[in-house]
Amino acid sequence: MTVSHGTIEHGSVLIKDGKITEVGQSIKAPAGAQVIDASGQFVIPGIIDCHSHIAAEAINEGSVSVSSMVSMEEVLNPDDIDIYRDLAGGVTAANILHGSANSIGGQTLVIKLRWGQPASKLPFEGALPGIKFALGENPKRSNFSVPGQPRRYPATRMGVEETIRNAFSQARDYKKTWDDYNKRVAAGEKNLIPPRRDLKLEPLVEVLEGKRYVHSHCYREDEILMLLRVAKEFGFKVRTFQHVLEGYKVADEIAAAGVGGSTFSDWWAYKVEAYDAIPYNAALMTRRGVVVSINSDDAEEATHLNQEAAKSMKYGGLSHDEALKMVTLNPAIQLGIDKRVGTIDVGKDADLTIYNHDPLSAYAVVQKTLIDGRVYFDREKDLANRAEMEKEKKALTEKLKKAEKKPEEKKPPEKKPEERPKPPASSATPTAAAAAPGGAQ
Amino acid sequence: MSQVRRLHGFLCLLSLFCILYLPGASPAQAQSQPQPSVYAITHAKIFTLAGPPIEDGTLVIRDGKIGAVGSSVNVPAGAQVIDAKGLQVYPGLFDAVTQMGLSEIGAVSATVDTTEAGSYNPDVVAATAISPSSEHIPVTRASGITEVLAVPGGGGGRGGDPGILGGQASAIHLAGWTIDEMLIKKSVAMVLNFPEIQTQTFDFTTFSRREKPYAEAKQEYDRQINELTDWMDRARHYAQAMEKGSVSKYDRDVKLEALAPVIRGELPVLVFANRARDIRNAVEFCDKQKLKMILAGGEETYKVKDLLRSKDIPVILRPMLSLPLDEDDPYDRLLSQPAELAAAGVKFAIASFDNSFARRLGQQAANAVAYGLPYDQGLRAVTVNPAQILGLGSQIGTLEQGKIANVIVTNGDPLELTTDVKYLFIRGQLASLENKHHRLYEKYLNRPKTSN
Repeated sequence: MTVSHGTIEHGSVLIKDGKITEVGQSIKAPAGAQVIDASGQFVIPGIIDCHSHIAAEAINEGSVSVSSMVSMEEVLNPDDIDIYRDLAGGVTAANILHGSANSIGGQTLVIKLRWGQPASKLPFEGALPGIKFALGENPKRSNFSVPGQPRRYPATRMGVEETIRNAFSQARDYKKTWDDYNKRVAAGEKNLIPPRRDLKLEPLVEVLEGKRYVHSHCYREDEILMLLRVAKEFGFKVRTFQHVLEGYKVADEIAAAGVGGSTFSDWWAYKVEAYDAIPYNAALMTRRGVVVSINSDDAEEATHLNQEAAKSMKYGGLSHDEALKMVTLNPAIQLGIDKRVGTIDVGKDADLTIYNHDPLSAYAVVQKTLIDGRVYFDREKDLANRAEMEKEKKALTEKLKKAEKKPEEKKPPEKKPEERPKPPASSATPTAAAAAPGGAQ
Repeated sequence: MSQVRRLHGFLCLLSLFCILYLPGASPAQAQSQPQPSVYAITHAKIFTLAGPPIEDGTLVIRDGKIGAVGSSVNVPAGAQVIDAKGLQVYPGLFDAVTQMGLSEIGAVSATVDTTEAGSYNPDVVAATAISPSSEHIPVTRASGITEVLAVPGGGGGRGGDPGILGGQASAIHLAGWTIDEMLIKKSVAMVLNFPEIQTQTFDFTTFSRREKPYAEAKQEYDRQINELTDWMDRARHYAQAMEKGSVSKYDRDVKLEALAPVIRGELPVLVFANRARDIRNAVEFCDKQKLKMILAGGEETYKVKDLLRSKDIPVILRPMLSLPLDEDDPYDRLLSQPAELAAAGVKFAIASFDNSFARRLGQQAANAVAYGLPYDQGLRAVTVNPAQILGLGSQIGTLEQGKIANVIVTNGDPLELTTDVKYLFIRGQLASLENKHHRLYEKYLNRPKTSN
């Protein structure tokens, strides 16, 4: 399923040096090629998750409402097991976003799920960096107040707008200061003192210059239009609206502004601003000309984005291809990486996912996931490795038990602290020192 | 074409019977005119779940019950006939753990009635607080779910303090003007959130994790078990006193009274536990107290499957589309568990443990099938098994003569993502498939194109 030019029955894909070099029905494997027989299986472009928080040591710098000085790249954790789990769900690239505690949040980046590689190898080469914005209940901290503590500004949607406007007013002035300085330097002036760098405003200047994408968390129709107005006023573009659960109400306006919509399949009613969320959102926005993706915002949801995309066929009647685009080509377009990934075409990165059934079915199970032509997940191997893993875990547990008998006080082994808050897993069954499941490494 | 339109078309066919369909009206209003009491669904492939599927079969619904089902059943005179050629008929899906009607918007406490204050509330009953006009009901119904268990005491959700004895869960139909019309059974099970040795707790107000030394956590656990044991002992004495007629109106204790059927083994305890250690502790506790146990959650049931089978304890599983509990678990640990339990002969149902995601019930079961569970077992896990596990198997869950007619007619596999429910019957009455989501869809589908 190429996504760009239909489905090829009994097709083959030739990969060389991580790139797709041929796609078609009558390709001969060159001598020495490693052959993956996928008879009866389904190959799609690797799934791209436009809203993810995996592989990160921290998510929210929530103390201030403009936290543009912090960056997700600084906290990348290549050992996060969720990278492997999502890979096993067919995801090959993900937009790693800062949290939504701030009107203007931290800097974001796109990664490839190259499990086993160091943090430096995760970033998607050449992908434009982004910045997270957030509107509505989260930046105004509606559901997060701590009794006895004063409210943080902003506490209303009015204040959220003011915060963004104020930040961009400063950024515009800051940019002018630097532009003036650079102009004077270029004109040959000597002994000038450069303006002081402002790490908070620099990313916003990049937004103004079109060098950094804005991915804005939002729910309600009014706040969506609010940000479009502010963006217009300051002359920057919003790249994607994230969640955008009421996007269907203002789809024409979003389409006219050329902004992408990255939404959930069927989440609703978990808070007031999600009470008008409908599973038809993706289809309605698509019909009005918005480029729409289905995202996860959750390490587990990411493992079945193919299924979530399929729901847009049931709710709103999108075609098979349109549904598949929601998790392949469309997020690639939204992240500006569609020249590299998102379809199965000659010249693109060999990021592919192989299923045993039509991927838009709840019965489809990922068999292999390839990134840059390399198999990073192989279900058969994973299954085969489990006995070995179990043995290793047992050995480690025994070792720990022995080591613990020596000190007087018996304590269960400390669990490795989780990377980020999750609802409590509720117990402390002693586990062996983390041994990662098998797979690529 | 939307389900709304399809239903609209169908109801127009029924205009003979003066059924008024008002777009935008509440689902129940579509039932405000008397409906025919006899229906015949003909030429359908019928999955009764009480025998092999019937090709080209007829299902007769009469006075709210299944009147007849088979391949050579006559259509009764005066029956409203639905020609279901090319369609399939199943028992409606049964979601065995939800907070239906008890929680509207998760983040707004004013709309949430799942969890009473205090740790021991055996006398509170879900049915008391179920809102029949919750928007979740028609949304859930449209996905083919016809009945649910509404669970108090945290409702099986995570987070917050759900207490220990959470109250009585109620089984309800997903249609009806009042709770009385909706009720299948008011008191189905007593919720017991089994105490855990918690070395890690999560504080949602500060969004931070707290660690507790093991010894301290164990001490707290022991205290809770002693307290719980004390409740059971007092309830036992109270039940004995009741039997002897020695409880005067001045001695009356409604909490102990509510526990009497639990002590007598008449009302099962719905024990929420996920870790193997907690499950083992719970089994031991229920054994000692002679309680009838249903396990709920059960994420590590695979570690105690032999124990559960030997004790004949069924389990209502949390969604398999969940991350494994431990970092070093296989990535598909929860997805492959149902297949493992089926092979081991453990009886189980699959439930959503939610409201908003109740409509993913079929998807959950399908995913279990994708990871090795035989298909018919997947279907049973969301229909007949929950009915049997909750003691309602004689009334509901299969398409057999005399059972309550909660029936769905679909254009395909009800577990598959893209299948549409065409007709849905609850208590033998055609229920609307329209809901808030359809209404908003229709409204904004028809928004005039704006030019800017």
